[in-house]
Amino acid sequence: MATERASAKLIKGATGDWEVIVGLEVHAQVTSRSKLFSAASTAFGGEPNSHVSLVDAAMPGMLPVINRECVAQAVRTGLGLKAQINRRSTFDRKNYFYPDLPQGYQISQYKSPIVGEGEIQVELTPDHSIKVGIERLHLEQDAGKSLHDQSPTMSFVDLNRSGVALMEIVSKPDMRSADEAKAYVSKLRTLLRYIGSSDGDMEKGNLRADVNVSVRRPGEALGTRCEIKNVNSIRFIGQAIETEARRQIALVEDGGAVEQETRLFDPARGETRSLRSKEEAHDYRYFPDPDLLPLELDAAFIDALAADLPELPDAKRARFIADYGLSPYDSSILVAERETADFFEDAVNHGGAKRDAKAVANWLMGDISAQANAHGVAVVDAGMSAASLASLVDLIGEGVISGKIAKDLLVRLFADDRGADPRALVEAHGLRQVTDMGAIESAVDAVIAANPDKAEQAKTKPGMLGWFVGQVMKSTGGKANPQAVSDALKKRLGL
Amino acid sequence: MTDLTSLTLAEARHRLKSRAISSVEITKAHLEAIERSGGLNTFVEVTADKALQMAEASDARLAAKEAGPLEGLPIGVKDLYATEGIHTQACSHILDGFKPRYESTVTANLWRNGAVMLGKLNMDEFAMGSSNETSYYGPVASPWLPPNWSRDRGRAATLTSDKRGLLTPGGSSGGSSSAVAARLCLAATASDTGGSIRQPAAFTGIVGVKPTYGRCSRYGMVAFASSLDQAGPLARTVRDAAIMLRSMAGPDPKDSTCSPTPVPDYEAAVGRSVRGMKIGVPKEYRLEGMSSEIDALWARGAEWLRAAGASVIDVTLPHTPFALPAYYIVAPAEASSNLARYDGVRYGLREPSADITELYEKTRGKGFGPEVRRRLMIGTYVLSAGYYDAYYVRAQKIRTLIKRDFERVFADGVDAILTPATPSAAFGIGEKVSDNPVEMYLNDVFTVTVNMAGLPGLVAPAGLSRDGLPLGLQLIGRPFDEETLFALGETIEQSAGRMTLPEPWWA
Repeated sequence: MATERASAKLIKGATGDWEVIVGLEVHAQVTSRSKLFSAASTAFGGEPNSHVSLVDAAMPGMLPVINRECVAQAVRTGLGLKAQINRRSTFDRKNYFYPDLPQGYQISQYKSPIVGEGEIQVELTPDHSIKVGIERLHLEQDAGKSLHDQSPTMSFVDLNRSGVALMEIVSKPDMRSADEAKAYVSKLRTLLRYIGSSDGDMEKGNLRADVNVSVRRPGEALGTRCEIKNVNSIRFIGQAIETEARRQIALVEDGGAVEQETRLFDPARGETRSLRSKEEAHDYRYFPDPDLLPLELDAAFIDALAADLPELPDAKRARFIADYGLSPYDSSILVAERETADFFEDAVNHGGAKRDAKAVANWLMGDISAQANAHGVAVVDAGMSAASLASLVDLIGEGVISGKIAKDLLVRLFADDRGADPRALVEAHGLRQVTDMGAIESAVDAVIAANPDKAEQAKTKPGMLGWFVGQVMKSTGGKANPQAVSDALKKRLGL
Repeated sequence: MTDLTSLTLAEARHRLKSRAISSVEITKAHLEAIERSGGLNTFVEVTADKALQMAEASDARLAAKEAGPLEGLPIGVKDLYATEGIHTQACSHILDGFKPRYESTVTANLWRNGAVMLGKLNMDEFAMGSSNETSYYGPVASPWLPPNWSRDRGRAATLTSDKRGLLTPGGSSGGSSSAVAARLCLAATASDTGGSIRQPAAFTGIVGVKPTYGRCSRYGMVAFASSLDQAGPLARTVRDAAIMLRSMAGPDPKDSTCSPTPVPDYEAAVGRSVRGMKIGVPKEYRLEGMSSEIDALWARGAEWLRAAGASVIDVTLPHTPFALPAYYIVAPAEASSNLARYDGVRYGLREPSADITELYEKTRGKGFGPEVRRRLMIGTYVLSAGYYDAYYVRAQKIRTLIKRDFERVFADGVDAILTPATPSAAFGIGEKVSDNPVEMYLNDVFTVTVNMAGLPGLVAPAGLSRDGLPLGLQLIGRPFDEETLFALGETIEQSAGRMTLPEPWWA
C-alpha cells in the first residue's frame, strides 16, 4: 500500500491553488474509574456535583495524588502510537481564573510530557494511506462545567468532570485536507478504543479536538495558523477546516493577512468566529506543580503494559488480509471497531470450524450491518451472536437454505426471534430449502405449462432463464434450491 | 497561673501517666490561663468544650492503661491546620466562616496519640509575615515585655487594638510562639516556609523545629508555598519538641511529597552524647553590621558544643547571600498559584457582584490583606511570560546551588551547622511596618536557606540580649537527621540553662 504523501488536495482560490495545512490537538477522556488526582468517580451523567472530592473542589490544604491507572492508560496509548515513552515526566500548573476551574489552575504536562514523538498510519482509501506524526501526548485535568441556563441572575457550576483525566494528543501539521483530518481522528479513535484507554465517545464530549489550520501557496512557507477550539464531532472537524481554509484564502486573496488567533466553529451558521486574538491570549504562567513529584516510570512497568497490549488495528488488518484472504477494503471496515473484528473472527472460527471468511464478512458488512442500522444499534449489540452468524453461513453452505431464505431469517433474528438458533428456526418454520428434484421438476413443468409463449421465446433468448428461475422460486415460496431450479429449467427448455 | 501550666510537656505526661493529675485538671488550668490572656491575642478560637470532652476521654484511656504517647496533654493548633468543624482560616478574611469537613494529617496524628485541642492560634495571614502583624485578627503580643516596661504599661498596651510598643512574638507562627511562651498550652503546632517556626521560637525563648521537607504531611495545611512549607512543633524544651514531632511526623499517601521514611524515636536522641560530632560554622552567616551580641552568642554556642566533645570547624556556604532574594521569588510564585482557589465561588468570603470578574476582584481585593496582595502580585509578575526565565528559573537555579553548598559540607563529614537564628532580638509591634517590606523580609535571612534546601532546622534559646530579651541559635542538619539536631539542641539548652519565661504580667 502506498504510504507516501499523495499529491496535495489543493483548493482553488480566485487567484490560483492553495494548500491547507492541518494539525490537531485531540483531547480524549481517559478510561479510569477515578479521576487523575482524586478518588472521585468518573461516571457520566450523575447528579450535578455528586462526583466531587475535596481535592476536585480545591478545598484549602487538599493535595493531588496521581492515579496510577491513568498513567498506565497514557503509556498504553503511547505504545499504540509507536511513540517515545518518557521515563521521567513532570506536571505543571496552567494558571487562569474561571469558576469551573476550582484550583485556579489546571494541572497539565507542559514541559516534559509522558509520551513524546510517535506516528499513526491513516487509511484514506483501501489502497492509499498516509502517516501522521504525533508530536506528544500528555496527561491533564478536565475542568468542570458552568451552567448559565438555570437561573436568570446566577450561573451554576457542576464539578463532576473537574479533575477527570484527559490525554491531549498533539499531531504534527501533517494533514493536507479536511478528509485527511477526519480520517486521522477516526483512526486515532479506533486505536484508543482498541487499547481501551478512551471510549472516544464524542457525543458525551469524551473526545474533542482543537484544530489548527493554515493555508499557503503550494511550495511556499507555512502561513499563519488559527486554532479552532473544542470541535466535538468528526463531521464538524471536516466542516470547520473547509470553512476556515476558505476564509483564510479569501482573506489573503483580498490583500489581507491572517492573524494568529483562537476561533470557534459555529456549525449552525457554518462559520468560524474569533474568540480571542494573540494579544488577548492568556498568560498561563506555567510552572512545575510543587505538590507533585516528577513521574518516574521503571522499565518493568512499561514492558508489562507493552506485553499486555491487544492486537492493534494495523496488525489485525494485515492479518485479516493474509489469513482470511479478505480485501484491504473489507479488512479496514471489519477492524474499525474491535468488537466487530472479534465478532467476525468468532463467527469464522466458531466451533473449531474454518468457514468461508469472505461469506462471513459479506453477511456481517451487508445484511447484518443493515439490520443493525435499521434498529439503531451496533452489530455486536444487535442481539445476534457470532454463533448465530456461523450457523447461518453453515446452513447456506450445506444447501439447507438459500441466500434468500437466509435474508428472511435475519429479519426474524433481529425482530421476533431474537437470540434464536437459526438451525432451530429453519426447522420450526419449515424453511428448509427444497432439493427434492421431483418436486422441483414438477414446479418447473407447471411454470412452463403456464407460459408456453415465453418458453418458446426462451429457446432463442437464453436471457429469459432468469425470469423462469424467479417464477419457480416464487411458486415454491423461495425454498427451492436456485441451482437445482436453474439446472432443471435448462434441461426442460433444451438450453 | 497555676503550677500545672508551668509543667513541661514531658513532666505533664509523667504526672498524667502516674495519675497524679488528670487531663481535665491540666486542660482546665490552661483554659483558665487562656481566658486571662486575652490581651496577648494568641487564640483566634478557643475550643473549651471540645477540649474538656477530649480530656475526659483521655482520662478514661489513662485509667484503662490505653494511653497514647500524648494522652491528655493540652496543645494549641496554628489556624493554618484544617480542623474538622472548627475555625480554619489561616487568619485571613477571605476564608471567612470556613469550617472544614476534614482534618489535617498532622492534627489527626496528634489526636490519635491522645493530645487535647485547646483551640486555634493566631498567625500571619496565610503565614506571610515575620511578626504576626498581617493577621486579619490583629497582632499578637509577645509575653516578653519591652525593655524597661512596667507590668502596668504592658497590660495597658495589650488593651489597645494595635498593641503598639509591645514586642512581636515573631511570625508567622506568632500565636503559637506567644501561647507556648506564655504557658497557655504545653506545646503548639506551627509551620515554617522561610523561618516561621524558628524565628518566633528565637523571639520568645522557646524551642522550634522545622523538620526535613517531607517529614510531616502537608495534607490539610493551608498552602503558602508548597515546595517550602513544612509543619513542625513549638515547645518549651528540646525534649518536648522531640515528643511533639514524633507524633506529628510520618508517611501519608495523601501527600505525594511526604516521605515514606519511618519516624525514629526522637526523644531517645535527647540526651545522646554529641562527643565526636563535627559542627560547621559558615562564615557567610556573619553579616556586615550584625550586632556584636549575636556574634558573641554564636561563639558561645560553638564553645558549648566544643565543651561537650564536638569539634567545631569553619565551613563555607558560598551561595547564602542569594538565598533571601531567591526565596522571595519562589515563595510568592507558588503562593500566587496556591491562593488562586480563594475566588469567592465555593467557600469563604464572597462579595456580591454583577459578574464573575467583579466577583473575583471585589472578593480578593477585600479578602486578602496588603502583605498577601503584595506577594500575590510579585508571584504573578515573576511567573509572567517574558519574566519567567529572568526570575523564576534563575531563582530555582540558585536554589539548586544552595542545596549543593549544604550537600558538599555534609559530604565533608559535618554533622550539623550552627548559625544564629535571627539577626536581632524581638522588635516592637509596628516598628517594621514601613514603606519598605524588605526590612521585614531580612528577618528570615538565616532561616530561608534551610527551607530552600529542604533541610531540618532547630532553634533553641541560648541566652538573653543586653536588653534582657531571648536570643536563639539555629542548628541545621542532614536530611531526615533530626535526631542529631535534638541531641545538639539539648546540649545548647543544658549549657545555656533553662530559659526563665516571663511571669504573667498580662493576666
